[in-house]
Amino acid sequence: MNAPVNTADLETVEMSYSEAIKDAMDIALGSDERVILMGEDIGVYGGAFQVTGDLVHKYGEERVMDTPISELGGAGVAVGAALTGLRPIFEFQFSDFATLAMEQIVNQAAKVRYMLGGEVSVPVVMRFPAGSGTGAAAQHSQSLEAWLAHVPGLKVIQPSTPHDVKGMLLQALEDPDPVMIFEHKLLYKTKGMVPQGYYTVPIGKAEVRREGTDVTIVATSIMVHKSLAAAEELQKAGISAEVIDLRTIRPIDPETVLASVEKTSRLVCVYEGVKTLGIGAEISAMVAESHAFDFLDAPILRLGGSDNPIPYNPELEKASVPQVDGIVASVADLVKGKI
Amino acid sequence: MAKHKTKNEPFALTKYSPDQLKEALRKMHLIRKFEEGAEDSYTRGLIHGTMHLSIGQECSAVGSCMPLADDDQITSTHRGHGHCVAKGAEVARMFAEFFGKETGYCKGRGGSMHIADVEKGNLGANGIVAGGIPIAVGAALTSKRLNTGKVVLCFFGDGANNEGAFHESLNMASVWKLPVVFVCENNKYGMSTSIERSTAVENISDRAAGYSMPGVTVDGNDFNAITEAIDTAVERARAGEGPSLVESLTYRWRGHSKSDRNRYRTKDEISDWMSKDPIVRFTSFLVEHSVLTEDEAQAIEADVEAEIAAGIEFAKTSPDPLITDVSRDVYTEALS
Repeated sequence: MNAPVNTADLETVEMSYSEAIKDAMDIALGSDERVILMGEDIGVYGGAFQVTGDLVHKYGEERVMDTPISELGGAGVAVGAALTGLRPIFEFQFSDFATLAMEQIVNQAAKVRYMLGGEVSVPVVMRFPAGSGTGAAAQHSQSLEAWLAHVPGLKVIQPSTPHDVKGMLLQALEDPDPVMIFEHKLLYKTKGMVPQGYYTVPIGKAEVRREGTDVTIVATSIMVHKSLAAAEELQKAGISAEVIDLRTIRPIDPETVLASVEKTSRLVCVYEGVKTLGIGAEISAMVAESHAFDFLDAPILRLGGSDNPIPYNPELEKASVPQVDGIVASVADLVKGKI
Repeated sequence: MAKHKTKNEPFALTKYSPDQLKEALRKMHLIRKFEEGAEDSYTRGLIHGTMHLSIGQECSAVGSCMPLADDDQITSTHRGHGHCVAKGAEVARMFAEFFGKETGYCKGRGGSMHIADVEKGNLGANGIVAGGIPIAVGAALTSKRLNTGKVVLCFFGDGANNEGAFHESLNMASVWKLPVVFVCENNKYGMSTSIERSTAVENISDRAAGYSMPGVTVDGNDFNAITEAIDTAVERARAGEGPSLVESLTYRWRGHSKSDRNRYRTKDEISDWMSKDPIVRFTSFLVEHSVLTEDEAQAIEADVEAEIAAGIEFAKTSPDPLITDVSRDVYTEALS
């Protein structure tokens, strides 16, 4: 285990979300022989989203391994390697392709430790480029994180900033259990200040991104940024919104969410995955089942993906997931008692 | 005078000492009587759930594990009791697992279908057909990457040869020249569906050609044939030359699981195979070649019976898991 690092002591540099992921993988490959990268076209091609970039030239094909187009087998090889002493980081080219590998993720990676009475661990990290907004239509745009978050034995994270994705990926490599990282594709080019060198960001801890007093917005991944933009607009209308970046959806951090709802008395959940039976349902129930329920002054509101596959037409595509204008309108209605 | 080995001498006699061969016979009896004991305990309501018995396949399990070193690894299947014993597990802890006890190999969380013995290199049986195949390839990748010298032997049944995981895994193992031996125990039926009705190739070993690896079909109930085929494959893997596929022809005397009414095969077929009991066959071979006497063979069987009785008693008297521990080991570090 690496010792905890105080990030305040580290120099920061501006980098994109995808550069931050690559930086984390570079540090891990450079410091731990057990770390390998596996995935489709992650070698000389650099990855479909250029996340692994030129790492193959630095570490060689034995550690930055192009796999055949075999998601089930490839994921299973990563699970078996993790079970026996390696620390694989397995990249799904698109998160949608995880559907081909659900057997290994759900039946094997998540359960082997429990089924064997705690005799083994599966320290595998899987990366899932996810989400809509690229015009890639229904089979390359899904947000399936809630599927995996339903499975005990997995940890599921959705970092929203370059700082967090680097620190959480490095934390995932410290974790003895399988960690699934959902990376929204539209975040790859977003920039932020990132500490140089090694540091970690905890899994299972939400972060208050903006403080407010009238309403709590619990958001994930790219919806954190849309919610922050919405909060700016709402401020102009005299509504003070607190925005929480959930960051981890299994295990969820209840304290941060419940404390905020106690303060604001209103809750809105914003997420890109299909609204029905999604993360917002879990957050809503968590609040409804807690002492924070007594503090609510309004119904709980969920803003999530609509009940359709992601369409190709750009306007239809936008209409299928929450957008800033919609968040502003819905939150304003809630606060004004119109819902 | 040292015994001179001739070219025509059976493989097992050239390769293994009399003590190793007697131990192989002991393990075959142990598997048979373990499963008979488990079946009896199930019938008497001492074990719940279901189980998949491998009675009739003992030689395939023991023979396949003979060429392995202690720290080599295996992955196993839902019909995996024999593999577990063959790799060195204690039947007392296996019974304890079947009885759902805290002293079982999986602390009562896995049962028959997930029996494992990680210390002895058994990475676990698997409830998903072909589920263990990519995992075996991953274990072989670890061996190659960390240069441990371990060979991984991957058991699966004929039913698995039509799963995508089988094909993806054989391909990757061959592309990366990994030290893994694929052992298909072909007992003629994937649950009720015969290989003739499910599989386009005549021999499952024919699939090996599609992945540029050696493929052989052998009589898995013939100790010499199975040990020689596996030994060749293990040597190839250990030399860094990559994987092999060995098809081991065998037969399960019992049904697929406890729900099976045997509607898909005839009584004649079953009794024909039972008349060719692989344990009787191996015993005759050993007696014929003066490795042991009939009396010694009977003594081995009697010793095994005592071990089984003691194992069942250990399981019965072992503690149940605590209900409060139901969520233990979901994660390595308990979630707050």
